[in-house]
Amino acid sequence: MSLLALSGFSIGLQGRSVLRDVSFSIGPGEFVGLIGPNGAGKTSLMRAALGLIPSQGTSSLLQLSEAARARAVAWMPQAREIAWPVTVEMVVMLGRMPHMAGLTPSEADHEKVGEALQRMDLDGFRHRPATQLSGGEQARALIARALAQDTPLLMADEPIAGLDPAHQISTMQAFAAQTAEGKSALVSLHDLGLAARHCTRLIMLGDGRLVADGPPTEVLTPERLAHVFGITAWFRETEDGPVYQPLEVIR
Amino acid sequence: MTRSNTMTRVMLPLIAATLVLFCASMLIGPARMSLGDSLSALFAGGESPMALVMREIRLPRALLAVMIGASLGLAGAAMQGYLRNPLAEPGLIGVSGSAALGAVLAIQTGLAASFALGLPLAALAGALISVLLVMALAGPRGTSLTLILAGIAVSALAAALTSLVLNLSPNPFAASEIVFWMMGSLADRSMTHVWLALPLMVLGWALLAGLGRGLDALTLGEDAAQAMGIRLTRLRLMLVIGTACVVGAGTAVAGAIGFVGLVVPHILRPLVGARPSSLLWASALGGAVMLLLADIAVRLILPERDLKLGVLTAIVGAPLFLHLILKLRKERI
Repeated sequence: MSLLALSGFSIGLQGRSVLRDVSFSIGPGEFVGLIGPNGAGKTSLMRAALGLIPSQGTSSLLQLSEAARARAVAWMPQAREIAWPVTVEMVVMLGRMPHMAGLTPSEADHEKVGEALQRMDLDGFRHRPATQLSGGEQARALIARALAQDTPLLMADEPIAGLDPAHQISTMQAFAAQTAEGKSALVSLHDLGLAARHCTRLIMLGDGRLVADGPPTEVLTPERLAHVFGITAWFRETEDGPVYQPLEVIR
Repeated sequence: MTRSNTMTRVMLPLIAATLVLFCASMLIGPARMSLGDSLSALFAGGESPMALVMREIRLPRALLAVMIGASLGLAGAAMQGYLRNPLAEPGLIGVSGSAALGAVLAIQTGLAASFALGLPLAALAGALISVLLVMALAGPRGTSLTLILAGIAVSALAAALTSLVLNLSPNPFAASEIVFWMMGSLADRSMTHVWLALPLMVLGWALLAGLGRGLDALTLGEDAAQAMGIRLTRLRLMLVIGTACVVGAGTAVAGAIGFVGLVVPHILRPLVGARPSSLLWASALGGAVMLLLADIAVRLILPERDLKLGVLTAIVGAPLFLHLILKLRKERI
């Protein structure tokens, strides 16, 4: 059973082709890192797969109704918007909305919110207005919101940008822990080191198409890094797991 | 803060204030009547002058204050929630300006004088045209930004045409009548006005009250809300039609009353934990309270001079709003 299947998927924005003929599918228990340089189409790919921008080709998510889609996939956009000074707990509770008939949360909803808050290290912030938190803390609240939605697939656009190292790692671990429960995550990343270390699979975009798709060691070859990113890097399998360090700009 | 204690802490005092002020509004007027006389005249019925004063003058006035105040508060909260901007107000989409233009044309052409409902019906026609125009300009799948721009364009056009009518008006009496009408008032309205506005307002309230869930989700932005299953196109359509119904009907019977839809949600937001769905009903009650208060004040401050309601709400509302801005500025620093 696949949680997301794209085939022959193409996106054009204002007459300009962004991505052509992308096909892949994500099954249960995968932590997929979506990598590529700025402008490669990572955000567009995820938004189009969710039906937020027009596309050609097929995305399995687009065959669902809006309500069913909201129970199949959680989406954390890149823009970290919290418009009103609502409490952190309420922000996270918004993730339960697709599971609630009205506006009153059930016992189970409170439980999921509690778990998500704990996982993102936000227990002490529960009753603080979300707008008074720092940028990184807000990002964690929004990740907790997406986790609380409790969907088989979680899609997040650069969720760890702007977090401190400890919370970058714990966020990646939170996504990885989800996959142990049979859920999957599709997460766009710029930190190739964290991607190589935590993801079970990488999808690399470049030049308006899908360049490579597979386990991190197979995707992050020196040739592809040079061609797609224009960098060299040091990559070793060590006792402490894979270590990956970008080195120089080639171009 | 849990939802139920927000209800008891905010909703009950607002309901109590609305009821008390409604009764106070029924007891104030140029005809001096005691409390007991007023109540017995209202409920006993009959054709005594007291009963007529209560039923035909004071009752519609108090009812309209509640209806219009609730409409402005509700529409203001919905508009601010949709645009995620505390400076948004119900007039933003051009409905009140266009309804005023319709009314001004009715006064100028003599339609208002020739039959009783000429003015409100012309105002409703103006509101309807403006809604169609805004929706055509903003497009079916546009963002909140295109809606604001379309609203500003329609408001500006309506204001310019209103000025043109005043500019070319050959009759100074009509011109002064127009100017006074535009200031907004609840004086000398009848139950006919109540029955004209009520069906449209009920429809608008139903549409706006149904937005709570979507507005809550919009706290996290349009993308996130859409991915949580909110149909934004439908939400926007309900918002625009709902606002047009309540504001169009309100302007048609009472003229332009500003600042209620802007200030009331702003004051009540901290009391309901800033949650947009809770703010909807709180602002509806708060709007009713503010307009009842203002309408009592115009009768007490200058009973002989017919102080206009819209003038008072702006005089009170603007400094209150400034105070809030200053408070906000202190919190940010």
